[in-house]
Amino acid sequence: MNHNHPVYTDNDPQSELVTLNLGPTHPATHGVFQNVLQLDGERIVSGVSTIGYIHRAFEKIAEHRPFYQITPLTDRLNYCSSPINNMGWHMTVEKLLNIKLPKRVDYLRVIIMELSRISDHIICNTIVGQDTGATTTFLYLFQFREHIYEIFEEVCGARLTTNIGRIGGFERDFNDIAFAKINKFLKEFPVALKEFENLLSRNRIFIDRTAGIAEVSKETALDYGWTGPLLRATGVDYDVRVSDPYASYQDFDFEVPVGTSGDIYDRYLVRNEEMWQSLRIIEQGMEKLKSEPKGIFHADVPEFYLPPKAEVYNNMEALIYHFKIVMGEIDAPKAEVYHAVEGGNGELGFYLINDGGRTPYRLHFRRPSFVNYQMFAPMSEGMLLSDAIINMSSMNIIAGELDA
Amino acid sequence: MEETTLNNDIHVKLTEKFGEKITAISEPYGLLTFVTYKDVILNVLSHLKEELKFNFLTDITAVHYPGKDHGIAVVYHLHNMVEQVRIRIKVFISEQNPTIASATTVWKGANWMERETFDLFGVKFEGHPDLRRILNMDDLGVHPMLKQYPLEDPNRVDKKDEFFGR
Repeated sequence: MNHNHPVYTDNDPQSELVTLNLGPTHPATHGVFQNVLQLDGERIVSGVSTIGYIHRAFEKIAEHRPFYQITPLTDRLNYCSSPINNMGWHMTVEKLLNIKLPKRVDYLRVIIMELSRISDHIICNTIVGQDTGATTTFLYLFQFREHIYEIFEEVCGARLTTNIGRIGGFERDFNDIAFAKINKFLKEFPVALKEFENLLSRNRIFIDRTAGIAEVSKETALDYGWTGPLLRATGVDYDVRVSDPYASYQDFDFEVPVGTSGDIYDRYLVRNEEMWQSLRIIEQGMEKLKSEPKGIFHADVPEFYLPPKAEVYNNMEALIYHFKIVMGEIDAPKAEVYHAVEGGNGELGFYLINDGGRTPYRLHFRRPSFVNYQMFAPMSEGMLLSDAIINMSSMNIIAGELDA
Repeated sequence: MEETTLNNDIHVKLTEKFGEKITAISEPYGLLTFVTYKDVILNVLSHLKEELKFNFLTDITAVHYPGKDHGIAVVYHLHNMVEQVRIRIKVFISEQNPTIASATTVWKGANWMERETFDLFGVKFEGHPDLRRILNMDDLGVHPMLKQYPLEDPNRVDKKDEFFGR
């Protein structure tokens, strides 16, 4: 590739820069955000990112809602893997309230969270393929995202805005159909993933378009606060599931894949390997469930656990607790807590301050997309426009999480 | 209990270096938390980064406590990835003149976090290369996370607490 192309600056009389608005709703921006790029031919000279188009004041709304009513706000953050957001929030509150969960609930959570991680990575990796021109892989693997959504639907009734779980566990137990669907997924997905890898990983065009593009060093990635697959692709072995295990991740045997150069190809490989590891975790989880007593799907904490509707109609205690919880009269300690989970894009952190009122005094959400994305404009400088597009899709920026 | 000894270590090392400037140390849920002052915050942050290996800036945000002398707390979360320790640092600054030194000289990643904190709380980070609003529009005029700006239309009466016996 010839990099000796002349680069003009703004006050250069020969300057022939073109201003290009990439976004807010450009099909390649994967959401609503804008990049104003200065182009010299096809090469990006400089760029400015603008975000906030779908900012909905998550933190302000959360300050005015009881704990339970914040859950539906969280699953609209990273809508590609909403259960992780839901459970990240629930675990934060459980940490605040010192609730210990039964192992079976933890394993069910791990299974759901790993399924959502797979669905998140499916979207990201297939779209990287799509942006290099490989539509087949996108259409082929996308049906498995559909299968995952069917599992979510079986567990909680919704597909995208899942609202899975309660503080203390799940709203209901997983039914046999859900387990059957998970087993079916475990049997069919590895075959498809293998084929997906065969189609892309050694594909000459794909490698040419991704290897060596947008390389990021460890130091730069850490300086910018990158987390998740992006950070691991640069070679830093950091995963919240290992460093701060939550939901019994310490019981599971899995590896944290790391890359070397941090380029787009490495990010793709890291995500692919993570999908294999997630499958391993789900298999172990299904195995562990067999030795756990059936029918336990929440901790025994009636004053915090919102009871299922059927019980509310037939049981006075449940009705009282239901009322108290819905009115936000949870007796929570005055404390502040930070809890992080490994989301699809990296460290999802909830910083919660409770002052004993009905609503959190302050809830701050550490959004991995927000932190990761600020590097997009600086790192695009000197890059070809078409490479910047692939770079953007490989960063897996989710607009709901970016703006919150 | 291992975490607590690590926290003690960090606490001792920080007090050796900064003495009186490190106050109000606590460990809510095992996370070492302390309060420091805005004249030393940059030194504390770079000391934590360079000497104590807190190389990962997790988060910068703020909390508003209206009516207090120092009504805005700027909160930093750092993480030492090698020893797996997290730490929380708070700086209380005045609500009338909310200024603090920018951490962008220590971590580049602080840039957007500080812009967000400026946007939502009006904290002015001195030395920030590009302190503009990030999530809200430029001519919003207020910093919406401050407690004096209620979420709902104050003229609405159907959601007043007194109607619910609270």
